[in-house]
Amino acid sequence: MRYLPHSDADRAEMLGVIGVDTVQDLFRAVPESALDHPPIDLPDHQAEFAVEAHMRALAGANRAAGDGPFFIGAGAYRHHVPASVDHLIQRSEWLTAYTPYQPEVSQGTLQMLFEFQTQVANLTGMDVANASMYDGSTATAEAVLMARRLTRRQRVVLSGGLHPQYRDVVRTYAGTGDDELVCLPSSPEGQRDIISELDETTAAIVVQTPDFYGHLRDVKSLADAAHEKGALLIVVVTEILSLGLLEAPGALGADIVVGEGQSLGNALSFGGPYVGLMATRSNFVRQMPGRLCGETVDAEGRRGFVLTLSTREQHIRREKATSNICTNSGLCALAFSIHLGLLGEAGLKRLARLNHARAIALADALARVPGIEVLNQTFFNEMTVRLGKPASAVVDALAARGILAGLPVSRLEPDRPELDRLLVLAATELTTDADIAALAKALQEVLA
Amino acid sequence: MGVTRFTEEHEYVSAENGVGTVGITEYAQEQLGDIVFVELPSVGAKFHKGDEVAVVESVKAASEIYAPVGGTVTEINEALNGDPGLVNSDPTGSGWLFRITLDDAGELDTLMDGDAYAAHIA
Repeated sequence: MRYLPHSDADRAEMLGVIGVDTVQDLFRAVPESALDHPPIDLPDHQAEFAVEAHMRALAGANRAAGDGPFFIGAGAYRHHVPASVDHLIQRSEWLTAYTPYQPEVSQGTLQMLFEFQTQVANLTGMDVANASMYDGSTATAEAVLMARRLTRRQRVVLSGGLHPQYRDVVRTYAGTGDDELVCLPSSPEGQRDIISELDETTAAIVVQTPDFYGHLRDVKSLADAAHEKGALLIVVVTEILSLGLLEAPGALGADIVVGEGQSLGNALSFGGPYVGLMATRSNFVRQMPGRLCGETVDAEGRRGFVLTLSTREQHIRREKATSNICTNSGLCALAFSIHLGLLGEAGLKRLARLNHARAIALADALARVPGIEVLNQTFFNEMTVRLGKPASAVVDALAARGILAGLPVSRLEPDRPELDRLLVLAATELTTDADIAALAKALQEVLA
Repeated sequence: MGVTRFTEEHEYVSAENGVGTVGITEYAQEQLGDIVFVELPSVGAKFHKGDEVAVVESVKAASEIYAPVGGTVTEINEALNGDPGLVNSDPTGSGWLFRITLDDAGELDTLMDGDAYAAHIA
């Protein structure tokens, strides 16, 4: 069976009308050097079952997160997602167009977005949250642009505790010049340096907590210092589950809170798609990017949901829109909302406490291994250790033993040799005592 | 007695004693429809003629307001925060937006008078 609608005769007729001989002629304006890409080396076609077998063999070469002891976090966390989440997200109520501009046919999707926004606002301690963004890093970049609009200042300082990939995304998205975007060097130390970077031209400081190295940051003092100079505090949370235990950044003075919501409802999935979170104060809402759902009543006074404050968005505001991204991660946000709804407030707190307890067990076990120094005084479910040998070689050696030991900082910061003995490890509710014992034993052998 | 001048973007400025009161015209408020929010500048902010100063948001669109003259903002209409509909009901009276110093009174001469503006929107 063929799926192409045009016959050779159709094509010849169309080319005749345009006045060229071949489809290739249409591309003659493109310089040849730009067309010079290597041919894609694919084998001839095969039967479906043969392709399946081939793909299965390729997948078999992976070592999946669930195949053995697993301690990688650094912005993507392996949590248990109940089977009920995957079942519920497939219900027909949610199967409306992803752009719910027509509220009369999209109440399921719109109500879901409204509940999602309410959950995110409650978790972060802010007045209002949007209907989600692509992921935590792009949400951070959007927060930087938002802070510049709000303060009419350009200079933004990124903490050395910000996830290096988030920093890189912000630089790509909002890095208009070196003086306007100051990126403090990535470091597990010097946590308060950012305050001395504040001045009267600073639009915002961007601080992650727990930070990339696992430390909890003093949000209140950072907020006070920023506000004293008329700047805003943007708080980044890559492990949203931490807010089940930690005080909400909004209650501590944060002006914009952004984060990654993958931990709730969403699998690791090779790094995406994930779900970006963004929340702020109500007086900043007109400068907030992204879609926003509101509650209203219809002509008969019945409760209903619509997109609101759309004048911020590009389909109305054109080039003056708050962002050129007016979409959201609808399905991932739905999974987030359903998982959080199933947990409830008490369940979220219990899950967060369990994660912290597993991390304490991990930290205690690591501290007993000769040649390992645990750097954290504070942590939620993630920590940094300094090893007696380069971390990436140690991680490779443990991977060969079936243990995925964490993220060597050198993987993200290859040009910083002073960081190459640092390893970032996370524990979650899925980390067992046996996993931790296997890790400690293997580390002891490899570091000896 | 002050003078009132108009811009092609439908702002008015009523000048008196070196200060101009700025708002949008009756025609502009009619075109925009129900106004739901007005974003005003900060008092003390300085603008050149033609700079973007404020945003008037209606149920249909958000429209930038440009400074009809250059100067420093001396006062903003706080009443609009609670009742942006004043711009619809009384655009040239209680629905004014902000007051700005007239740093160069000559700039008024580059704007339209009432008759010219009436012809502009006709």
